[in-house]
Amino acid sequence: MTTSGREPGREPGQSGLLAPAGRAPSRPRRAPDGVPAEADRPGAGETAGIGTSVRRPDGRLKVTGEFAYGSDLWMDGMLWGVTLRSPHPHARIRSVQIGEALATTGVHAVLTSADVPGQNAYGLEHADQPVLAADLVRYAGEPVALVAADHPETARLAASRIMVDYEVLPPVTDPVAALAPDAPALHPGGNLVRHLKIRKGDPEPTADVVVAGSYQIGMQDQAFLGPEAGLAVPDGAGGVELFVSTQWLHVDQRQICAALGLPAERVRLVLAGVGGAFGGREDLSMHVHACLLALHTGKPVKMVYSREESFFGHVHRHPVWIDYEHGASSDGTLVYVTATMHLDGGAYASSTPAVVGNAGTMGAGPYVVPNVRIDAYGVYTNNPPCGAMRGFGSVQAAFGYEAQMDKLAAALGMDPVEFRCKNAMRMGSEGPTGQVLDSPAPVAELLRRVQRMPLPESGSADLRSLPGGVGNTTHGEGIVRGIGYAVGYKNVGFSEGFDDYSTARVRLELTGGEPVVTVHTAAAEVGQGLVTIEQQICRTELGVGTVVVVPKDTSVGSAGSTSASRQTYVTGGAVKAACEAVRERLLARVRERGERELAGLRLADGLVLADGAGPVGAIGEFLDAGPIEETVQWRHRPTQPIDPETGQGFAHVQYAFAAHRAVVDVDTELGLVKVVALDCAQDVGRALNPQAVVGQIQGGSAQGLGLAVMEEIQVRDGLIANPSFTDYLIPTILDVPPMRIDVLEYPDPHAPYGVRGVGEPPTISSGPAVVAAIRAATGRDLARVPVRPEHIAGPA
Amino acid sequence: MQVELTVNGERRSDEVEPRMLLVHYLRDVCGLRAANVGCDTTSCGACTVLLNGESVKSCTVLVAQAAGQEVITTEGLASDGELHPVQRAFRAEHGLQCGFCTPGMVMAAIGLLAENPHPTEREVREGLEGNLCRCTGYHNIVRAVLAAAREADAEVTA
Repeated sequence: MTTSGREPGREPGQSGLLAPAGRAPSRPRRAPDGVPAEADRPGAGETAGIGTSVRRPDGRLKVTGEFAYGSDLWMDGMLWGVTLRSPHPHARIRSVQIGEALATTGVHAVLTSADVPGQNAYGLEHADQPVLAADLVRYAGEPVALVAADHPETARLAASRIMVDYEVLPPVTDPVAALAPDAPALHPGGNLVRHLKIRKGDPEPTADVVVAGSYQIGMQDQAFLGPEAGLAVPDGAGGVELFVSTQWLHVDQRQICAALGLPAERVRLVLAGVGGAFGGREDLSMHVHACLLALHTGKPVKMVYSREESFFGHVHRHPVWIDYEHGASSDGTLVYVTATMHLDGGAYASSTPAVVGNAGTMGAGPYVVPNVRIDAYGVYTNNPPCGAMRGFGSVQAAFGYEAQMDKLAAALGMDPVEFRCKNAMRMGSEGPTGQVLDSPAPVAELLRRVQRMPLPESGSADLRSLPGGVGNTTHGEGIVRGIGYAVGYKNVGFSEGFDDYSTARVRLELTGGEPVVTVHTAAAEVGQGLVTIEQQICRTELGVGTVVVVPKDTSVGSAGSTSASRQTYVTGGAVKAACEAVRERLLARVRERGERELAGLRLADGLVLADGAGPVGAIGEFLDAGPIEETVQWRHRPTQPIDPETGQGFAHVQYAFAAHRAVVDVDTELGLVKVVALDCAQDVGRALNPQAVVGQIQGGSAQGLGLAVMEEIQVRDGLIANPSFTDYLIPTILDVPPMRIDVLEYPDPHAPYGVRGVGEPPTISSGPAVVAAIRAATGRDLARVPVRPEHIAGPA
Repeated sequence: MQVELTVNGERRSDEVEPRMLLVHYLRDVCGLRAANVGCDTTSCGACTVLLNGESVKSCTVLVAQAAGQEVITTEGLASDGELHPVQRAFRAEHGLQCGFCTPGMVMAAIGLLAENPHPTEREVREGLEGNLCRCTGYHNIVRAVLAAAREADAEVTA
């Protein structure tokens, strides 16, 4: 879908960015190897704007292996930092002795909580998490001390020589028990992080048909493939520069500054290449640690987590326990829903308040329900901290409410898709918070579209296509096929009154006689392809083909987080607005020159065009007077906090919807599952890059499949039992079927270009569809995910 | 110990510890960073390279075992700036997002196509079973490998 007329062998997306081992022009002395820098610039005349599947600008570097991730950063003379973590989920620290560790040859520093110069507390919403534990550890894996040495093995050896005297305390591991009045308080304010209440309609409704169910969702890991990594470089004057793989540079900077006791101008962050994120890089990991070691030693310090440490180094998806009760009239109309949800936030708050907010406000699913009573509790325990993961809150709730929809349909004798469609939200519907949906909500259409897709052929006798595969567990006997449907929804962007904005700097100038656009935002590219979108928007708005994406850093204002499916909407909106401001100034120059009145002035294909006339001139002609640069801070329309007693309010700026149909083959004797098909329909408002949109939907669907049948961090007595990729299983290429994706484009009139967030919805409905299909094949209730073989083949 | 081997066409001789893994040799001694370390347990395949033309996980090979042999990493595929057909296909088919798995996927795909130049969709999946991707859901990776195989065919018949 790229435009014609480009030079052979040149990719329109390959404008400048992210050269390997490059040297950022502004910091030639200081940039370590692997720091993103400008790369080659293609010729002008490209018009690969929005709506085209133009290729990624970083694609060439990624297929050649030259793209520099955090783990690739390197500086001569750098030290390696390692973290000593608590082996206990709950313990008092009596003493920490570092003498022997510090005496180890090659060790440059051993630091404890006493060495944190600023506030020894950080957190996205509540600053409740120590940089290094001082007197108390609240989870197994909590950082206690740091070592910097000239070799990573030396650092690890020295860390093992740090003597920590712990008084082990009994861990609080049950989130329901943690709320009991006599439970030990893990934080000064008690164990409740947030209680969200939704009260809508009749408080004591009755219905013809009532179904109830209790559901449990396990703890999922983001399992991004590139473990946490970064490099901190002291500036020699008391400040520090941190190159790090992350999701929101400015929120990191704020927390780092507080911990270091430094102002923002002394702590500069640059985005290192990010090997996936999915929410797991929203919280700090090694950020402050590396800076502390660098400032203490005066040398660059690199930290890279192993896969095992990564399981302890970031938050996970909240495990949730939900009790649902739904009532419907005998004609199949939903009457009420009540739900009580307990979300285990683990030792620290992280994003728990927002996760509770989503689970509660969207806990009734994308259905019209006149009477709603929901209580969602986020709770502190001594389990691993939980926070953001793709689709948070909505993912967990959907496993429950979609199971309830199938139960209700069965109780009513209705087809599950027809029942859903009858109660589906649409534009104009009022949600549980009283918010009226003021943009398209094609819930029923999405379901009908996946229902109409062709079904896969019936199972073949080939072993490799059967559950169990070449394990030779069956030749077809005991195999039952099942089909399941699910639909889900989620808010896009930050909600409940959060000031959600992004900043973009756009510059238009002549370079080598050709017009070139430079776009600079701090929005983290984590693989989703925002750098491509930024280029496409600039091309469309300014009619210039060559767009250079400046490396992401804190020298421009905040872009907000790469999360909540928000960057194309919010940073896309900021880039569009900055382009418009630049365009206005350019067109003012055109008018100043104007020999005649010109109507409908616009920019396209490197030209200034006007209605009813030929080209007014080349864009470049109007740049002789100098470059044009504009920096714009852009906000979506404001949301409101919800009422603390009723949960009513305009909480969310936009909702996004997806539906899935799953087809599974189940070995009913062994409990093995093969997902044969997982097809999706999703409304994306407008697909700015159709190929990238489909890629997001396929990847998101696979993560939902993983939670449905494979992925769970198993925590026993506060200890993670499976912190490795041999024991925590993510879907392989054999576990994920080919996926048929139907992309709908019903523009949201409130959003730039009509876009709707894309990344999260596919992770919400895919898992519930898979579980519904397994239920259809087995007749089992399956109230817990991930579904394990014993749930299928064990005692009912 | 001293090891001699060829890396991306260059003959090398280096003093290494006998326990050194090939991936650490490539990354820390040779300065080649395409082979990524994603798991430490031979699960993810992000470190896949070619050893005498066969794809291997370089975290599970000692550099001593590669002595006297030829190693090719993803950096060594392109010639005169011209991408290998598999690299081209991964770009064109959007077979990558974060890209951390990509060098390993590309090398595994090249190893697969060397053994089976005309794989079916299922054979592609079986051939790449040892390589994890967390971003794409694999759909476009399969398409990329099939497209690369078709391109190779087209070049032969042209």
